[in-house]
Amino acid sequence: MATADNAAIRARGLVKRFGDIRAVDGIDFDVAPGGFFGFLGPNGAGKTTTICMLTGLSRPDAGSIEIGGIDCSRNPKAAQHLIGVVSDESNLYPELSGFDNLCFSGALYGMRREARRRKASELLELFGLAESASRKFSGYSKGMKRRLVIAAAIMHNPQLLFLDEPTSGIDVESSRMIRQLLSRLHREGVTIFLTTHFIDEAERLCDRIAFIAGGRIVRTDTVERLLQPIQGRNALTVSLSGGCTVPLGELEHSFPGLDFNLSAPDELRVESGEPLKAGSLVRFLEEHGVEVVEARKRVLSLEDVFVEITGIGAGSMLKEKGGGRRQ
Amino acid sequence: MKTWIAFWGIVRKDMKAYYLKPPNVSWGLLFPLAWTGMFLIRSGRDTHSLLSVLPGMIALSVLFGTSSMLAVAVTFEKKAKAFERLLLSPIPLVLLMLAKASGAILFGMFNALVPVLLGFWFADLSGADWGMAVPAVLLIAVVSTFLSLLLAILATEVFEVQTLSNFVRFPMIFLCGLFFPVTALPGFLQPVSFMLPLTYGVDILHAAIQGERLLPAALDFAALVGFCLLLFALCLRSINRHWIG
Repeated sequence: MATADNAAIRARGLVKRFGDIRAVDGIDFDVAPGGFFGFLGPNGAGKTTTICMLTGLSRPDAGSIEIGGIDCSRNPKAAQHLIGVVSDESNLYPELSGFDNLCFSGALYGMRREARRRKASELLELFGLAESASRKFSGYSKGMKRRLVIAAAIMHNPQLLFLDEPTSGIDVESSRMIRQLLSRLHREGVTIFLTTHFIDEAERLCDRIAFIAGGRIVRTDTVERLLQPIQGRNALTVSLSGGCTVPLGELEHSFPGLDFNLSAPDELRVESGEPLKAGSLVRFLEEHGVEVVEARKRVLSLEDVFVEITGIGAGSMLKEKGGGRRQ
Repeated sequence: MKTWIAFWGIVRKDMKAYYLKPPNVSWGLLFPLAWTGMFLIRSGRDTHSLLSVLPGMIALSVLFGTSSMLAVAVTFEKKAKAFERLLLSPIPLVLLMLAKASGAILFGMFNALVPVLLGFWFADLSGADWGMAVPAVLLIAVVSTFLSLLLAILATEVFEVQTLSNFVRFPMIFLCGLFFPVTALPGFLQPVSFMLPLTYGVDILHAAIQGERLLPAALDFAALVGFCLLLFALCLRSINRHWIG
């Protein structure tokens, strides 16, 4: 694991138990200042528990956390000055207007009245919410709520921003706007720690990614290095009706150079370093009594790397929280 | 300085979002008005009767004023994860909890004004010792607020906290000497009365308004302050254990 003396976040041996369950089981990682760090895993993998420990909402049972060089076990409030947090829920106050919610967030960090009013107006403009500034938060759409929650998290100009599923369950336009704003914050030097179910979102935004499964980090690396094994490889997804009755060994014997695996009982995935031709494979399957519904060529992505490394189907992430890939 | 900006921010936000909402203000006025009016009509122009129920009316107004909104607001904020925002901010936990309590304390004291003003109108309060009554009202407001804060921390649902609050508040109406002396209770219930903080607050109010007391004022004040400290310590312990576990 790479280490840095001036890490924005440093976690060592973090453990969190809930009864007999080890929700987080001894994880270590560093996030460099100005980095965009993705934390990917399915539901129950330990992502939110980790964020809670990093932000001071929960105490680790073992291990240590440093935020901006501050030991969080000794001085959690000092560390909280440096961070902004976007929860997985839009947790602002429904009775307050957008403007008042932002001003209140600023007040929590000790901003003076004029400074917080000025900053709130700027952020409402930046997030496309200026026209809804005086409307109650309860009247906002889901996408507007998520935007305002992010605006509230950066009211006090934090050095480090934690985001837990920032684009989950919102419209395409708001998601796109949020991704653009996060890229902008990253360019401005804010360190970002992102958990998401959307693997393509992480691929687009992050410079380093950690895959977490069962409370353990199974791999941490730069996006380029994670993608290296699949570069130049082609893939074909064959949807079947009634499952695959031909053994995979027989398929590999008949089509040398191709790798076969069943990503689901009705879905055959084929990979190769050579260009793939679907016709001969589909004919072979149909001759052997397998009903082919569709054969689709596709570009390999971080999702495939995730499946390879964690052994967890990205489909399961999709089912859990509407994640996976999207436009 | 920054911490105090956060502190007043929380107080102002709670006032705006909860306490100064028209339904809450009207409830805060109507509840003590209805109770006090009822007792005043029943007492006729008998000044002694009026003065004997006024301490109870003041205590009742403060008790319900402080506990009605705070417990619901805290439980609601916890459930909606809005309370997380406060826990994530750099304000120390002690000040954060005091800020949350302040709105309820102020609102409870505002409720106490209704029976006091009616008392001025219908009875002769020239002999009342306000130097003793006002601190007593403040301490009753603080202790009731911390009690309801503790219940809110322990409950997970709004209906749970409302049920718990009623189980605590209604017995206190009968056990704490609000409308008849604790000594008039059956012997086996009297020790229970002295385990409840309101008993000491009401005793101070009776002494300040009527000149009748059960215990020395210093003991009453000491007991109230003790209950305030104990309940606040329990609030901090519970929030540390249950919410930042």
